Amino acid sequence: MISHSVEEQELHGLSDGRLIASRRTEVEIWLASHPHEAAQVEAWRAQNAFLHRAYDPILVAPLPARLLDAIRRPGRFSLLRAAAALAWLALGGIVGFQVRGEYPSTERQTTLPYQAALAHAVFSPEVRHPVEVDATQEAHLIAWLSKRLGATLKPPHLEAAGYALLGGRLLTGEGGSGNGAVAQFMYQDGRGARLTLYVRNDASGNGSGETAFRFAREGNIGVFYWLDGRFGYALSGSAEKAELLRVATIVYRQLNP
Amino acid sequence: MFGRDAIVTEIPRLRRYAQALVGDAARADDLVQDTLERALNKWLLWRRGSDLRAWLFTIMHNVFVNQIRTPPLVEFRADEAMPEAQTRATQADGLALRDLDRALAELSADQREVLLLIGLEEMSYAEASQVLGVPLGTVMSRLSRARVRLGALLDGQTGGASLKVVK
Repeated sequence: MISHSVEEQELHGLSDGRLIASRRTEVEIWLASHPHEAAQVEAWRAQNAFLHRAYDPILVAPLPARLLDAIRRPGRFSLLRAAAALAWLALGGIVGFQVRGEYPSTERQTTLPYQAALAHAVFSPEVRHPVEVDATQEAHLIAWLSKRLGATLKPPHLEAAGYALLGGRLLTGEGGSGNGAVAQFMYQDGRGARLTLYVRNDASGNGSGETAFRFAREGNIGVFYWLDGRFGYALSGSAEKAELLRVATIVYRQLNP
Repeated sequence: MFGRDAIVTEIPRLRRYAQALVGDAARADDLVQDTLERALNKWLLWRRGSDLRAWLFTIMHNVFVNQIRTPPLVEFRADEAMPEAQTRATQADGLALRDLDRALAELSADQREVLLLIGLEEMSYAEASQVLGVPLGTVMSRLSRARVRLGALLDGQTGGASLKVVK
């Protein structure tokens, strides 16, 4: 049992990724000979991961109308708008998701490209938890997501196109007629730009559809999407449309060898 | 269009935190709604260029604290099975999630806030200290107690298995 000493604070810091790199290495070396404390750090990390697993699905759930109404009250809006324009400039690089002038209807919130763009906007800026299961555990990732989506689902390999697989996560979709499970795979190029592939079960509602590529834009996020058999696919990113199309074509070919 | 959107962009995170904090989906959205309304009323007090997210979480903390202090006391979660948001029910390990809901409900509100701001919202200890308006040392001691207690609660409910299903 550790007392409330510097060491314990540092163990929390390590669990939360808050130690500077040099100190982190020292603490990790110390932990190698202190199994009890090492187990504690592991348990705390597991708690954090469990919290994310339990509550992250809320991030991509459609917003209830009453919450949008709450910030739509007339009278204050012009003031709000003026003040926040500056806020937006300050936050611009961090926020990363620019919804349109009018927040979309609930109906539009359930479309494949919208859901995919939203999921991209929410998770692609994440530094610590961009994915739930990372690419080093690919076999586990495939088994896990395949089970949840009810069909074998392998992430395409896009190294040849310049994108490495970071990993994937399980989400809950809206509007599909399958079991609601959605997989998101995340990729990153050498400069840190990220693409996400969103795979939704039975997005068409009839389960046998096949469509050509379609393109949609949500804010600054471009989405190529298509239906194929029981899945709907959407590739999202803030890259140029031509670049997205290039990668989407490779994804399609790998899924349909 | 910028002002509303800047706040809209933060709503998903406010909802996530509120859900974990109060357990019940409808009550969580009540908390978010109260927070948004207060944010609009106080908009002029927001210092331009400062962190909008931290500001909104600070407001939510104040609303939350007022709610649990004001009689009739808001009762956290019924003892019966808690209604789960549809988005969460479809996650297959619903049982483990319910264990987590229950375990969080057992923590004191102070401990739960610290644990969630740091473990779920990934705020730094200094940011959590600012949002909650308590010294850094208080944040650390609450965090420590919350983690020990949560670990014991999860072990007790599931024989220690629940954390292993995470990955």
